Amino acid sequence: MYAFFAIVRRDLRLALRKRAEIINPLLFFVLVITLFPLGVGAKPMLLQAIAPGIIWVSALLAAMLSLDSLFRSDFDDGALEQLVLSPQPLSVLVLGKILAHWLVTGLPLVIIAPLLAILLGLSAKTISILLITLLLGTPVLSLIGAIGVALTVGLRRGGMILSLLVLPLYVPVLIFAANAVEMAQLGLPVMAQINMLAAMLVLACVLAPWPTAAALKMSMS
Amino acid sequence: MKFIPDPIGKFFHRMASPPHFYALAGQMIPWLTGIFLVLLGYGLFAGLYLAPTDYQQGDSYRIIYIHVPSAWMSLFIYIVMALAGAIGLIWRIKLAEIMAISSASVGASFTFIALVTGSLWGKPMWGTWWVWDARLTSELILLFLYLGVMGLYNAIDDKRTASKAVAILALVGVVNIPIIHYSVEWWNTLHQGPTVTKMDKPSIHISMLIPLLTMAVAFKFYYVIAVLQRARLELLQRERTSAWVKKLVMEQSK
Repeated sequence: MYAFFAIVRRDLRLALRKRAEIINPLLFFVLVITLFPLGVGAKPMLLQAIAPGIIWVSALLAAMLSLDSLFRSDFDDGALEQLVLSPQPLSVLVLGKILAHWLVTGLPLVIIAPLLAILLGLSAKTISILLITLLLGTPVLSLIGAIGVALTVGLRRGGMILSLLVLPLYVPVLIFAANAVEMAQLGLPVMAQINMLAAMLVLACVLAPWPTAAALKMSMS
Repeated sequence: MKFIPDPIGKFFHRMASPPHFYALAGQMIPWLTGIFLVLLGYGLFAGLYLAPTDYQQGDSYRIIYIHVPSAWMSLFIYIVMALAGAIGLIWRIKLAEIMAISSASVGASFTFIALVTGSLWGKPMWGTWWVWDARLTSELILLFLYLGVMGLYNAIDDKRTASKAVAILALVGVVNIPIIHYSVEWWNTLHQGPTVTKMDKPSIHISMLIPLLTMAVAFKFYYVIAVLQRARLELLQRERTSAWVKKLVMEQSK
């Protein structure tokens, strides 16, 4: 437990020293959402209708692009090797790294999302549902994504292959989250979707660190 | 304490030795091909000629004799691949790793065939090549999962490491496939319900069912043939510096 918090503290401190890594996914998220009105035309009705999908797909892409920084610098300077060698269980350390990573890349997305939702014309109640889905969904994206990064961290050009590995696994989160926001727009109950997202988060928290740890060991060998 | 009795352990050791497997697979392939051709011939004849015309769909329904077995194979092979990958991960059996990766491309082709034949059938029946229906979408995602496995394997230079990576990915995929399947199902459904796997009474007539099952078994045989050939090739490539491959080449070039 102590090691878990030590990792979280260390990674947060490192991230705060390199602020660009926090800002870039956020800028990407904002930019992609800005592109949609330019692409499909400034029709408020249409934008409102497709807003849940736009926001969630952009969040998905931003989360995926930010994944690379999860293990990259530690892999390059050898700190990752020390983590693998340490007597603490690697899956717990990995979970700490993922938590820290989500705090610096996922949480900002959640915080800025209401602003973008207002730009796309969502109502206040819908925005609150959007926030809940983002809060439950983006950690799942980080957890699943960690498996993909761990598998590709040793590769020189892992970027393209990472998206091929990770995006199909993101499908359930996208379906339930975007659907919940859409239902909220229509004034329908959304508890089922929220529950499913929560279940996915719990499941991912328990299961994802294991293959991530195994993949890291494989990447280090 | 030992869980596996000695004779079985010895059998596996012998089977897992590359030269032995290479020779045995080479001997088995002609027999398997014979059985496959007989089954395929009967299945096609019975399916395209003997089976009656469907009262609603006319003759276009006959594509199920390709479509349904391919769709079954696409899932079956993914599970086989994950199992072989797990065996390779746990017991470090080189041959299991090779089986896993050899299955990937065969599985991807079956998935692709299922998608293509499905859309060929969909055009006259639904009036469109493609709909964003639950089963179609999850089959498409399955294809992406296969492509991811193959892409990852090709991206890593050291093939032992690549096999491990592929095994981990395949296992993650196996956990995810049901989740993906049900979430997509819940999201949208237009595909006709299952007609064969209803346990009490299949809603497909027996004269159509027998050719379908024959084709399914034929496809299984085809898969075994294809995977053995791929595995032999992969084995030769990986073991190209070993003594038995050199001996084999010397004997062939004589």
